[in-house]
Amino acid sequence: MTLGGGAMTNTIPEISQYSDVVFIIGSNTGECHPLIAKHVIQAQSRGAKLIVADPRMTDMANKADIWLRLPVGHNITLLNGLMHVIIKEKLYKAEFIQEHADGFDDLTRAVEDYTPAYVEDLTGISQQDLIAAARLYAGAGAAVILYCMGVTQFTYGTGTVASVSNLAVITGNLGRPGTGVCPLRGQNNVQGACDMGGLPNVFPGYLSVTDEKHRARFEKAWNTQLPPKPGLRIPEVADAVHQGKVKALYVFGENPVMSDPDNNHFIHALQELELLVVQDIFLTETARLAHVVLPAAGWAEKEGSFSNTERRVQRVRKAIEPPGNAKTDWWIFCALAQKMGAKGFEYQNTQEIWDELRQVVPEKWGGMTYARLDQVRGLNWPCPNEEHAGTPILYVGGKFTTPTGKANLKAVLFHPTGVAEDKIKEFKNPIVGKIAELPDREYAFTLTTGRRGYHYHTGTMTRKSLPLNQVGPEQMVEVNPQDAAVLEIEDGDYVKLTTRRGNIAVKVWVTDRVPEKTVFTTFHFWEANVNELTVKDTDPLSVIPEYKVAAVKIEKISLAEAKALYLEKAQKYRVELEQEVVAEMQKGWRV
Amino acid sequence: MKVLTVCPYCGTGCGLNVLVENNRIVGVEADSSHPVSGGELCIKGYFGYKHLEDSRRLTTPLIKKNGKFVPTSWDEALGFIAQRLTDIKQQSGPDAFALFASARATNEENYVAQKFARAVIGTNNIDHCARL
Ligand code: SF4
Ligand code: SF4
Repeated sequence: MTLGGGAMTNTIPEISQYSDVVFIIGSNTGECHPLIAKHVIQAQSRGAKLIVADPRMTDMANKADIWLRLPVGHNITLLNGLMHVIIKEKLYKAEFIQEHADGFDDLTRAVEDYTPAYVEDLTGISQQDLIAAARLYAGAGAAVILYCMGVTQFTYGTGTVASVSNLAVITGNLGRPGTGVCPLRGQNNVQGACDMGGLPNVFPGYLSVTDEKHRARFEKAWNTQLPPKPGLRIPEVADAVHQGKVKALYVFGENPVMSDPDNNHFIHALQELELLVVQDIFLTETARLAHVVLPAAGWAEKEGSFSNTERRVQRVRKAIEPPGNAKTDWWIFCALAQKMGAKGFEYQNTQEIWDELRQVVPEKWGGMTYARLDQVRGLNWPCPNEEHAGTPILYVGGKFTTPTGKANLKAVLFHPTGVAEDKIKEFKNPIVGKIAELPDREYAFTLTTGRRGYHYHTGTMTRKSLPLNQVGPEQMVEVNPQDAAVLEIEDGDYVKLTTRRGNIAVKVWVTDRVPEKTVFTTFHFWEANVNELTVKDTDPLSVIPEYKVAAVKIEKISLAEAKALYLEKAQKYRVELEQEVVAEMQKGWRV
Repeated sequence: MKVLTVCPYCGTGCGLNVLVENNRIVGVEADSSHPVSGGELCIKGYFGYKHLEDSRRLTTPLIKKNGKFVPTSWDEALGFIAQRLTDIKQQSGPDAFALFASARATNEENYVAQKFARAVIGTNNIDHCARL
């Protein structure tokens, strides 16, 4: 990690108050985080400038002072190009770098090749625009970068995250109001799930499981021995199941059958498990494959807290009772632990759980009592004691949380078809990126994925909330007018999208929101789930494949053909099962 | 009754008041003193609660018997899982278990879930699917 942490460094209200330049890269903020977009628009009306890097003409791209329309997958090319200009023109903050960063020489060498001419060659972004954007960002008193985790696709340090941090560090845009690097979290409590140790390599508070000291801390608190080896990441789990290493999987509050890349592979893995437990509020596509399904309480049916993308911990409150015998997730885990004879799960309420966390990781949450959280609209961690007001801005005064206290500038190399071995060898531990699957003659288009403003993730919740389903009831694929003309397709026609992994039928929306040779669609719909098409994790150790990119073939099909494909999917996702089970549940227990 | 809470959809974490009548949510109001959302919400915040009272909500544990889901009690369902997990752990070791945590569940729920995987089963095979 460049800075020592992966969370948003600053808060959202600072954008409207203090930022002079807002740089949005790979985030469809207007649709995905509308209330954050509002702060950006307020900043603009105060005179701030907006730079947007996005292949699609999003709402924010429309409002931008400079729109850099890069091809899908080229974030690193662009970021390296910006840094090239900033270094060439000496727009960086030499003093800040000297005092607060290591690795500037490596970084300088890494971006050396990314001249405006080379970047224009690779991406089509004009040299003029690139230079103007670099000058604008580097010249700001306070500049903030917003990017979406969906673009990086991983919560681990990836090339894009490192590049974004590099850019902020060399221009001194950290540790002050209105600056910072801000990964916008898609789901409401991604931040909290990471904070709480919902990751294979860290305990709550990002304390490494491989560090004996940290392990000792949790072993003492939990009164048991803990495993020192980092666990499997989600993309590795499917393979581990195929190899017979993982036999039991427990999924709660997620629908990985719909959200995982290359889901055919994933579904096969689930079918091989000896035990699949799914705990959710509906019989999701994943739950349909389970051996045991447990009914969970929904969002307004429980107490607790969420941490938003700014590290702001806020109280969630119970408004209504859960239906039937549904229970909160925490109750279920505690009851199961006790059934297995474990101690330390006797909590009577969520406050007792929270207080245990405060005790074990006081440096981050010690000062956040429920009583305090009840009085304010959340507190930003770290908040080590009850007198502490929380920490809206991280790294004040250039103090980073890396082992050296300095930011670690990292060489990030990228080329769509891969970086030459000799080049890689010139750097110590560079991050190297390429595009996993480029278009060819058969699969001639680039497919990219995302979401729409009115739906959320796999649609488990929004598709069952009537008014939302009425606004966006059907999957659409965006196709550029030039391409549509060549393919002889019109608005409202159906096409079949085929990749090396699968196919789906989708309705066409002809629009210049997407550039030529690129199509965009979402994964809210089982009828046409784009994750049947996407590329799965290939080589996560040294190379970052771009998950948002796949090569795809487009063919016009008739309405009847589209219907036939929908029926096939209905069978694949066992759609009929949901009605069946609802009827069963009404009959009551029979075991 | 009005209950102050947080929007369940995106990471912005807007503040909202849930309006409740007879154990039913009848509406949602924006929280005017929230530092981020300041009295506004997007369409998801205003209307996204309806799924809670959908007739397809799961209301009882289900165990698959001969390929069919059969409603059962908590005691039976948890007993079954506990037994299977204990067996699998004994036969194949703790790393034969994996848990997907949830970016939609609360902090407290995620804390307990990972504590369960690490302290009860003895594995670090925990990750969450929040790529988006
Ligand atoms: S479409 Fe996906 S990657 Fe883009 S901003 Fe929305 S959530 Fe983020
Ligand atoms: S109201 Fe909209 S912007 Fe605010 S948290 Fe909910 S979904 Fe996100």
